[in-house]
Amino acid sequence: MKIMASIIHILLALMLSPFLMGIINRVKAKFAGRKGQPLLQTYYDIIKLLKKGSVYSATTTWVFRMGPVLGLAAVITSIMIIPSGGIGGVLSFSGDFILMAYALGLTRFITVVAAMDTGSAFEGMGASREAQFSIIAEVVLLLGMATLAIGTKNISLSGIYSCLWGGSASPLGPAAFLVAFALLIVLLTENARIPVDDPNTHLELTMIHEVMVLDHGGVDLAFIQYGESLKLWLFSALLAGIAIPFRTGTAYGDMAVNITGIFAIAVLVGIIESCMARLRLLHVPQMLLAALSVTIAALLWILR
Amino acid sequence: MTMCMMLTSIAALFSGGILSVLSGGSGSRPSRIGLVTSLTGAVLAIAAAATVLWTGTEADLRLAWQVPFASFYIAIDPLSAFFIITISLVCGIAAIYGTSYLHPYKDRKNLGAAWCFFNLLFASMLLVVLSRNGVLFLVAWEAMSLSSFFLVMFEHERHEVREAGWVYLIAAHAGQACLMFLFILLGGQNSSLDFDKFTTPMGTAAAGIIFILAVAGFGAKAGFLPLHVWLPDAHPAAPSHVSAVMSGVMIKTGIYGLIRIISLLGVPPQWWGWTLLFIGAVSGVVGVLYALCQHDIKRLLAYSSIENIGIITIGLGLWLIGISINNTALAALGLMGGLLHVFNHGIFKSLLFFGAGAVAHGTGTRNMDLMGGLQKRMPGTALAFGIGAAAICGLPPLNGFVGEFLIYIGAFGIVAQGGASGGPVAGGLIALTALGLIGGLAAACFTKVFGVVFLGEPRSSASKGAHEAPGSMRFAMTALAVLCVVLGLAGPLSVRFVSKVAGQMLGTAGIADISDMAFRIFLKISLGCGALIIITAILWALRRILLFDRVNNTGPTWDCGYSAPTSRMQYTASSFSWPVISMFQWIVRPRVHRGIRKGFFPSYAELSSRTDDIFRRYLFEPVFNAISRLAQAIHALQEGRNQLYVLYIAITILVLLLLKVR
Repeated sequence: MKIMASIIHILLALMLSPFLMGIINRVKAKFAGRKGQPLLQTYYDIIKLLKKGSVYSATTTWVFRMGPVLGLAAVITSIMIIPSGGIGGVLSFSGDFILMAYALGLTRFITVVAAMDTGSAFEGMGASREAQFSIIAEVVLLLGMATLAIGTKNISLSGIYSCLWGGSASPLGPAAFLVAFALLIVLLTENARIPVDDPNTHLELTMIHEVMVLDHGGVDLAFIQYGESLKLWLFSALLAGIAIPFRTGTAYGDMAVNITGIFAIAVLVGIIESCMARLRLLHVPQMLLAALSVTIAALLWILR
Repeated sequence: MTMCMMLTSIAALFSGGILSVLSGGSGSRPSRIGLVTSLTGAVLAIAAAATVLWTGTEADLRLAWQVPFASFYIAIDPLSAFFIITISLVCGIAAIYGTSYLHPYKDRKNLGAAWCFFNLLFASMLLVVLSRNGVLFLVAWEAMSLSSFFLVMFEHERHEVREAGWVYLIAAHAGQACLMFLFILLGGQNSSLDFDKFTTPMGTAAAGIIFILAVAGFGAKAGFLPLHVWLPDAHPAAPSHVSAVMSGVMIKTGIYGLIRIISLLGVPPQWWGWTLLFIGAVSGVVGVLYALCQHDIKRLLAYSSIENIGIITIGLGLWLIGISINNTALAALGLMGGLLHVFNHGIFKSLLFFGAGAVAHGTGTRNMDLMGGLQKRMPGTALAFGIGAAAICGLPPLNGFVGEFLIYIGAFGIVAQGGASGGPVAGGLIALTALGLIGGLAAACFTKVFGVVFLGEPRSSASKGAHEAPGSMRFAMTALAVLCVVLGLAGPLSVRFVSKVAGQMLGTAGIADISDMAFRIFLKISLGCGALIIITAILWALRRILLFDRVNNTGPTWDCGYSAPTSRMQYTASSFSWPVISMFQWIVRPRVHRGIRKGFFPSYAELSSRTDDIFRRYLFEPVFNAISRLAQAIHALQEGRNQLYVLYIAITILVLLLLKVR
């Protein structure tokens, strides 16, 4: 029963994640007074890209070709770990979020290295920034998890999430919301959204993630785009599990609530992107440090 | 039987060393002798150590000795066996690599001496972990320091090598002095220098002093901050297979010594754990920050060794905190994580040093900003180095993840159950934050190395004309890269392997269920890693199928419409790491020199950055300058004229006479 629900969550994530991008873009279009692209646009893009041939730079090697493949595989592996609301992941054990964080680290490693394989100054720039911002983001993520671990006396994601709002009141209280706020900033950073990065600006020197994949096309780009939407799903699922302060008590009810939450987060990301400008790159570490301070505040609250 | 194998191994190493000197010094004969004897030594030593770990029966040998208060006493227990396996594995593979690496020097250098010192270094490291007697330990320790000193001095005609060698010699002996005091104190308490006689319960003050001496003495070898200053000079100066041995295993003898001495001192007070945790966190973070700043690939790897020693020491800190608060789970996970990282770091660090050596060999330079595009010129080296770089970042499914994961869950465990006692929770949080920060910085550091050195276009003619390393060097690297993957997937077995040592330290009964828990967790991790590999394979196949008989074009890299990109436009190592360095410039203090010609249409500009070790610049240089000034001041009294010395004697006698008469 439980394992079925977990497997269904993975399948839903694999199927529905590109839809999140559609939601974000629709929200942004509405704010701008445009009609906007179809909600299923990301699916169309991916399918179209999958039908294309390839163009590779003569500079690149197998590392460049491996980047999208290994990157996507590591994200799919991470999806197997995350819980959906109170339902555990398929692969759940003590310290599973460390494997998740490091599997995402593997995605980052191979993406950065693949970007450097092109020998382009732009891609090097993006790679360097990606490496820089993730340093603080990773610490925020780990300390956020530590806060939840203290509150729930549990060190597996599934355990943490089932204890978190399992009873009438959370053992964490306000600290959970502080962690959720910090995690939202991590989500925006890791998924290259405004105010850290602008997914629409392919040709600006200030961009991070888009510039790293500038030379990828066709099947590779399809893998990358799919991987991005899965990663957004992953962080949204983690965030929704903390931010939605109740559990229904049944596995499928929990999952429904969690997925609703994931879509709500997509709407929220769309709103943030519509209302905010991108930060200057020098200010991004400051924002991440703010997230770190919020996490530490949550830690202090829980340890008081 | 076991001891017999062990002694044969050491005898093989010694005789190989002597034979290679006698064989004439040049030509390829010393290499052959060195290779055969070190491989024999390694195989025998591993067999002996594995027997002890497998059967669980410790082996020892005690002979009467001329030295007062002591006997010639050596033994293999699980802790020694663990270190013997680590040392022998790395040294054996380094010997294979060394034969080709030293080949170009065969007419210029005395290879007989080089192999002799290599074998001596190997044998003395084995003796260090075998000896159970203070004097024997110190002799072995000194032999280890000296033989590695001579290996560092291999290219002594170069000024920077000589300087590195002298700094190393001084640091090694400063550490040795601490260890001498340590054994004098221990021996004085117990009126014997045999380790098993160190039984008199010690006062807290005495134990504390011994602990501090151990941290200073062994820390100087291991590279604890701020005693690390010799390390980034000496490791790059040595030939690459020696750098691999020094960084991969020799500095770990410091970790061994620390564990051994602490285990002799009884129940540790909590502040010992805090000291190690703090040293580990600082060494780890600052070490990797300095690694990120380096332009020289081998120097970068040397700094990264300090970082990894930091991770290991964090594990040891958690071990001691765990013992002092009677939390076996924390103690076991910290110790096991630290030890596994000792082993795994030995593997991937020597792999990376081999790769760096192959790159230096192929391009003739160690400056990363002159490299690039080596993937196409040295594909075998590049693949192995890439695996090593991912492993050292602790990424699954490779072996670096295994040890770090154990330390992580130890820290998370204590954080989660804490509550009542605030101290250990704070310790766990420090460990987590440090590990997270180190992980992110290491990823930045090693994506930089791999990306700049092997990928993109060559940045100079040196890297354009690079050639692949010869067969035996590639074999050594491939073997280690395969080990990185296998050990990453074999986490459950690694846990069983290292839990024997933890059982010896913490009691087999207490450790059993923790070992089982870790075993089950690692089964799931291996499952996850297996899934990762399978999914990768499926996606790769999918990609191949999709791209099969479609139009697959090749073109130039798209540089936003700019039509004549040159390789000099690529991001360099310095530019890649600058954003991170500037974020932490309050620690590392980089110095930037900008030269821009003034006026309209300036046609010339230059920019260079360098990062000196702050501890060297602000701590050791002032101290040693003061010593040197003092020496200069005394020098006026002793300027080499015999008449003056006679005068001193006369004055002294006169003064004594006057004192007596008065």
